[in-house]
Amino acid sequence: MTTTNTLPLTSAEAMQYTPKATAEPGWVKWTLVSIALTFLTLFLILPLVVVLYGAFEAGMQVWWQAVTEPDALSAIRLTLFVLLIVVPLNAIFGVAIAWAIAKFEFRGKTILISIIDMPFAISPVVVGLIFVILLGSQGWFGPWLAEHDVRIIFAVPGIVIVILFGTLPFVARELIPLMQQQGKEEEEASLTLGASGWKTFWHVTLPNIKWGLIYGVVLCNARAMGEFGAVAIVSGRIRGETNTMPLHIEVLYNEYMFTAAFAVSSLLTGLALVTIVVKSWIEWKDERKQKSPSAH
Amino acid sequence: MIRESKMRTAALKPVIPGFGLTMGFSVLYLSLLLIIPVAGLILFTLQMSWEDFWRAVSHPQVVASYKLSFLASFIGASINAVFGTLVAWVLVRYSFPGKRIIDGLVDLPFALPTAVAGIALVTLYAGTGWVGQYFEPFGIRIAYSQIGVVIALTYIGLPFVVRTVQPVLADFEKELEEASAALGANRLTTIRRVIFPAILPALLTGYALAFARAVGEYGSVIFISGNLPYKTEITPLLIVAKAEQYDYHGAAAIGVVMLGAAFILLLLINGLQWWASRRG
Repeated sequence: MTTTNTLPLTSAEAMQYTPKATAEPGWVKWTLVSIALTFLTLFLILPLVVVLYGAFEAGMQVWWQAVTEPDALSAIRLTLFVLLIVVPLNAIFGVAIAWAIAKFEFRGKTILISIIDMPFAISPVVVGLIFVILLGSQGWFGPWLAEHDVRIIFAVPGIVIVILFGTLPFVARELIPLMQQQGKEEEEASLTLGASGWKTFWHVTLPNIKWGLIYGVVLCNARAMGEFGAVAIVSGRIRGETNTMPLHIEVLYNEYMFTAAFAVSSLLTGLALVTIVVKSWIEWKDERKQKSPSAH
Repeated sequence: MIRESKMRTAALKPVIPGFGLTMGFSVLYLSLLLIIPVAGLILFTLQMSWEDFWRAVSHPQVVASYKLSFLASFIGASINAVFGTLVAWVLVRYSFPGKRIIDGLVDLPFALPTAVAGIALVTLYAGTGWVGQYFEPFGIRIAYSQIGVVIALTYIGLPFVVRTVQPVLADFEKELEEASAALGANRLTTIRRVIFPAILPALLTGYALAFARAVGEYGSVIFISGNLPYKTEITPLLIVAKAEQYDYHGAAAIGVVMLGAAFILLLLINGLQWWASRRG
């Protein structure tokens, strides 16, 4: 550190001292790395290990039985069914609103973007409550729904609605900044050359936003499969009927069937890890793409 | 002349179609799914008399839950502010084996279902668990205590600070550090006076996001907290309990309080993000 006072430096000297002056000594580095890794081990790695350990501790056969038992299968089926509705709908919404926001100027844009963020801030429990109050048998539209023989709360439609609410922002939040940054020149060029709006979207916009869209869909999917608080309120926890995978895990855990609870958890954990791998891979691709043009 | 006027009309008239369709669909979707239902909750509580509303939201058991929810969220977010910044720093500045994997795993609390996290944390931190057993001899109970609530809320908020600070650190211009060092500042002064102010807006944004997420969190907490009235009951749990007893007015009143807190936090976060983007 004393050398910093002896200015001016020749460029060779400057090159030599730079790494030292803008980096920490080795022992500081390794202390910081160790603290960070200890923290992450306690909070991220051990919970992951405990789930997998709990799931496979009793052997593959027990695991297989736990995940193929009828209630577990029906929970898996229900979760997949919900994902098949929720993810495409929120993806379409995300593309539509990103198109409106990125390609056009209008008043109230910032407010609109803030509204999209609302589900991030609202407790999942409040989300469930809102729909029970509106659509439940004692709710505002309850009597009307009962008259028309439509059951939403304590049934599958209610689960779909609250998960739609909870995962609404993911695709939109990925696509809005991406499409804003890409501008609209390419679309304008395509349209000027005579392509129709739809054709422009399919052949120009979609390829450009492909990775952002996949990224958003993956995140939306991860959150949708795990949604718990909101579903806990609207599902009624009817075994074999309205139990999603997270609710089934709760039931098993509360009945002290820990191995089975961890077995079903391991399936969701596997999907969560796939989510992270896909996400990291897309980010890594992006990074390389950003680096390569600047490298001349 | 003709060409110029043509160009002018082309510039004035937006060639891109689909505004009506995309905007119409988006607004309809948001209204039906989000705006009308949220307004519905507020209207529903407006039907209550002020006394009923006040009684529901100021019951001692409920007040105890606010204290726990907000205090534990505050502590959890603070832990994340310190360790999250440290993790971001380590991931951006140093290289060590397994860094890519660690970097990816930071997102685990986003991706892992909260119920799974909940049963994993309680198994780990219970008196007989892999971690809890080392605290038990000292009389420290983590699971089924308020410490357990803090642990769960720290876990759930972990990615926020890391992921908001990380890009700012990565984009930070090394020249500024070099200039600071060349001007005679030692490493600690450079970090405190040059790097820290640069990451502060992002840090505060991450802090607020972690806090907001923690206040409303349900799934990862209820297993480890043990849900003892007045002691380890979080506010979202009381809403669920009241809804399960069909006390919708009581639940809605507390829900509106939570909604109010969420809106305030959302405004704060938007303000912070605006500040951060202006700095950037």
